[in-house]
Amino acid sequence: MTYRLHIKSIIPDTRAEVRLKHLCALGLKKEIKKISLVDVYTIDKNFSDQDLEKIGAALSNPVTQKTSFKESLAPQEFSWAIEIGFLPGVTDNVAHTAKESVEDLFKLKFESNEDIYTSQITFITGELTEKNVKDISEDLANPLIQRINIKSSKDFLNDKGMDVVVPKVTLSEKPGVDSVDLNISDTELEQLGQEGILNKDGSRRGPLALSLDYLKAIQGYFKEKKRVPTDAELETLAQTWSEHCKHTIFASSLDDITDGIYKRYIKGATERIRKEKGDKDFCVSVFKDNSGGIVFDDDWIVTDKAETHNSPSALDPYGGAITGIVGVNRDTVGFGKGAKPIINKYGYCFGEPDDTDPLYRGKDRTNKMLSAKRIMEGVIEGVKDGGNQSGIPTPQGFCCFDKRFKGKPLVFVGTIGLIPQQIHKESSWVKKARPGDHIVMLGGRVGKDGIHGATFSSEALTHGSPVSAVQIGDPITQKKFSDAIVKEARDQNLYNSITDNGAGGLSSSIGEMAREAGGCLVYLDKVPLKYPGLAPWEIWISESQERMTVSVPSDKLEAFQALMERRGVESTVIGEFTESRKCEVMYQEKMAIDLDLDFLHDGLPEKVLVSTYHKEKTREPDFPCPLDQTDVFKGMLSRYNICDHSFISYQYDYEVQSGSVLKPLQGKGRVFSPTSVTKPVLTSNKGVVLSQGINPSYSDVDTYHMAASAIDTAIRNIIAAGGTLDHLALLDNFCWCDATDAFRLGQLKEAAKACYDYAVKFGAPFISGKDSMFNDFKGFDKESRPIKISVPPTLLVSSIGVVDDVTKVVSLDAKMSGDLVYVLGETKNELSGSEYFSYVSDQSGQKQLGQAVPQVDADKAKSLYQTLTAAIKEQLVASSLGVGIGGVGVSLAKMAIAGQLGMNLDFSSLKIAGDVTRDDFVLFSETQSRFVVTVNSRQRERFEEIFKDHAFSCIGVVLRDDRFVIKGINGQRVVNSTVKDLTEAYRKTFKGW
Amino acid sequence: MKPNAIILTGYGINCEEETAFAFKQAGAKADVVHINDLIDGTKRLLDYQILAIPGGFSYGDDTGSGNALANRIKNNLKEYLYKFIEKDTLTIGICNGCQVLANLGIVPGIDEGSHEPQVAFTHNTSARYEDRWVRLKVEKTNSVFTKGIDFLFIPVAHGEGCFYAPDNMINRIIENRQIALKYAKPDGSLAKGEFPHNPNGALHDVAGITDPTGRVLALMPHPERHIFFTQHPTWTWLKEKYLRENRSLPEQGEGLKVFENAVKWFG
Repeated sequence: MTYRLHIKSIIPDTRAEVRLKHLCALGLKKEIKKISLVDVYTIDKNFSDQDLEKIGAALSNPVTQKTSFKESLAPQEFSWAIEIGFLPGVTDNVAHTAKESVEDLFKLKFESNEDIYTSQITFITGELTEKNVKDISEDLANPLIQRINIKSSKDFLNDKGMDVVVPKVTLSEKPGVDSVDLNISDTELEQLGQEGILNKDGSRRGPLALSLDYLKAIQGYFKEKKRVPTDAELETLAQTWSEHCKHTIFASSLDDITDGIYKRYIKGATERIRKEKGDKDFCVSVFKDNSGGIVFDDDWIVTDKAETHNSPSALDPYGGAITGIVGVNRDTVGFGKGAKPIINKYGYCFGEPDDTDPLYRGKDRTNKMLSAKRIMEGVIEGVKDGGNQSGIPTPQGFCCFDKRFKGKPLVFVGTIGLIPQQIHKESSWVKKARPGDHIVMLGGRVGKDGIHGATFSSEALTHGSPVSAVQIGDPITQKKFSDAIVKEARDQNLYNSITDNGAGGLSSSIGEMAREAGGCLVYLDKVPLKYPGLAPWEIWISESQERMTVSVPSDKLEAFQALMERRGVESTVIGEFTESRKCEVMYQEKMAIDLDLDFLHDGLPEKVLVSTYHKEKTREPDFPCPLDQTDVFKGMLSRYNICDHSFISYQYDYEVQSGSVLKPLQGKGRVFSPTSVTKPVLTSNKGVVLSQGINPSYSDVDTYHMAASAIDTAIRNIIAAGGTLDHLALLDNFCWCDATDAFRLGQLKEAAKACYDYAVKFGAPFISGKDSMFNDFKGFDKESRPIKISVPPTLLVSSIGVVDDVTKVVSLDAKMSGDLVYVLGETKNELSGSEYFSYVSDQSGQKQLGQAVPQVDADKAKSLYQTLTAAIKEQLVASSLGVGIGGVGVSLAKMAIAGQLGMNLDFSSLKIAGDVTRDDFVLFSETQSRFVVTVNSRQRERFEEIFKDHAFSCIGVVLRDDRFVIKGINGQRVVNSTVKDLTEAYRKTFKGW
Repeated sequence: MKPNAIILTGYGINCEEETAFAFKQAGAKADVVHINDLIDGTKRLLDYQILAIPGGFSYGDDTGSGNALANRIKNNLKEYLYKFIEKDTLTIGICNGCQVLANLGIVPGIDEGSHEPQVAFTHNTSARYEDRWVRLKVEKTNSVFTKGIDFLFIPVAHGEGCFYAPDNMINRIIENRQIALKYAKPDGSLAKGEFPHNPNGALHDVAGITDPTGRVLALMPHPERHIFFTQHPTWTWLKEKYLRENRSLPEQGEGLKVFENAVKWFG
């Protein structure tokens, strides 16, 4: 029997009110009168009436809700009803919890063909056409993962409610192992690589993303073995050799860099820095594990990892973002023997939310892309739920906007972890699966979700992008095993090795661990499935979320599995590690995979890449300097890239785990900070300082200096808060476009070279990184013209530092009236790619790029940074902020807004290098390695003494009142405003979000 | 006597470690115990003097926040819990734990033995999760936890914290003096529903309620998140002020008092 439990609020329903507001904002304000919501649980299992009543009570709250199995609880009057539920096989977390509660209530188990499903009916009253209602439903649902059923009130009454839908997965096929003939022409091989293995019905399974030379290597391998490969073997090789997993572009020979830019520039920098630091080296485990690890103190290690989840977030922003953040949490749990996730961070590059020009993945206005605004909202919400529900604070992040991110957003997610140095007297970061260990899969079950995720993200987004690449996160399932691992099993020493099931699923995690042991033997029939009917190759490469692979020795298996069961975590033995030097996988007693480990991991042919590079010729802009900058100044504060993003911070729990020291919003004026400080061990005063640097707009002129600026920004922000170059590490996330193009490769090489040069000069090692090389959208515009949008070459540099005493760190808000305002460092004419030039371009409709992109003088910067660290340690600095996007002008305004105190400033005494004669350029130049700080006037002498060998300028004073006044380089007043006005300009852009 | 506190965890509770830390700072012993270890008898609730149900996202807030965990307790631990509460013990539910106590009918707990929910904590009027610092006015009640405190400055972090009770129930709660904490403005006057001072739209600005005995407190804000001075959102400004007045920096945060009161009660 199937029952529908309807639940309705009997008090004013906030969710309905918000939905009404949302729909009104779509332009249907006049049409829609009222909205009410009914939640539905569809229960597909037999129960008595009495038991149903108990279920209704268990799943609702009698104080605020009423329930009915018999009636739909529709309002007295309504015009339309829209029911939205999930498509078959899509993760339904609420239904999962409901099922668990019902099982616990009656102490019974649901059979595999019984289940609970959720949906929601939106009843709308108003004068709406069918087309209106269809548009509304498409706004409320994502057709990739959800089903929509619309009824007019008349149909609803005739049919006595909505239809009973049981979205059970039914797969008719009886799957087995197939073989694939590789004795085919090169053209056919290429087609196989691009479109995938041929099904019996003539369709193709989706991209293997294997190039011809890779397929030829595979062909040769099987010729030697004198047999044809199985479909599972081909899929495994496609996963393992994908750009996403092997990072071929970073690893391959590029021009004269025969060892590849990763080895030469990134890893090479770290090796050199570690050698130079000698016994002051703080790196523990770099580049070889799921995260990078550095020393925190004598007892603890902190780990860091940043990932991207761009392609999934473009298709299903919420699902893509939540699986991104929850996935990178597993990179923490998968570090060494298992680190505890202690901080989440994010970085978003979005199209501009007011850009409503549609894009289509298909010809003739088919497969419409989600709007930039909708992507933004979904991504923000996904990271919110992932972090909040996992109990991991999210104090650190940024938002960056550019029209070119509209086809593919960049969604960076990262996690910091904490792990003791020693566990059971062994180094915690060392792990090794041993032959004979059981292979245990932990956490969620396997379904069709995320199939071809790794190969998919190695390609541009086109109309053929598979919908099965979309997944939904289930943070609670993960929270359960994460706690069971890092708070119990790890310290009871119950396993030898652990790794995350991310891209490539089991094929990747077991494949990696098999290298530690020397081989593996897996029985795919033992893998617990969400629903029957999966083919063996699908089970092997599925990216169903919230799973880890653990290697457990025989004598600890019972204890391990008993612990997991008591924590409500599913654990299944699916094979064992061997020393066969092979990856062997069985399905129904047949061999599905039998590959030599050496070939699997190292059999891919070396690629030789060639790049070209030339600098684009850009022109210096030609527009007059405005006499009064006040309006320009306010305009700059309202820019998407500069304005208040606090609506994001308020939704993200930035304080759980109780370590918060410098929060994302600082001062009485709550200004969004680029730096956060956390005290991860509650009994110690040591702190972790985090920041990020990103300057995609500089790439339009020069990717070398783009990368240098990103590194300087990430470091500068840590120094501003009181961090030190003696204990500071970096992470790199390259998000490139069209990376097989020779010019794009040339730009990449330049950026990677800058990473080497500046990391070495600053003595800040890279400890982990990840790249995403194909961030291009290929599709059609609203006129059905083909269009390609590539993101600007982007490098995110994340920084992590350790400070000895959190009570010494400094926030950005101006503190006291009478304090002196200083600019540290020289200001140059460096506005190319600046936010000011973007502003001017937007105002005039004429692109102003300029020639002088900021360049970093690392020697000067390093010395200045060391001095500021010392000054902060001496408590000479009351407030401090690294000068970033928008230059000194914007930084000073942020300080004043944060402190809610005015400033009287005179730029005639500002230290300027070279020829800058315009006030607007001085205000908004983005010269790197500068700070604005405020200092207690009584400390003036000591402060200036410390900085005597550096360029610094005392440019004014913090006021008791609200005035914010700037005199320009010639002593004339150029900005005349108030903190109140500036605060309003800063906050207005996302007001109401 | 040094009381022994049990801090419940499991199924998505996530503030257990800092809640245990707060009790330890206040002088109690504290054990973090998985709810399944109580259910299977590995640990016994009656061995403890203080029960804390911490904040978190038990069951991901699915089927209503705190509802599924309350069901788990009802289905498996009901008798032990009621026996525990009847004894001379203290119970505190913070955030998600507050929602659980309300769903179990333990607060306001007016009709003895009913164990049906009488009040609810429902969706914030912003329909959004809110992490904000709030000023709380402590009402005159018999609550052990808030004794001697006039105001508290601590954060909220929740999506469903909007207190609601039907008219007749709220009147009885007021009559019984069971509203322990109310959202207030910076000047100390009541928030009167005004956002963001009242961050969720709670009826009568209710942030926390006590049971009739004063031994059970359910509150949405997080006292365990203000144990240190450096957790205060503008501590860096306060620090500058203290430095210039030649005063030494405080080490403790305002929330610690709540836990100290609990420990003190055991003498």
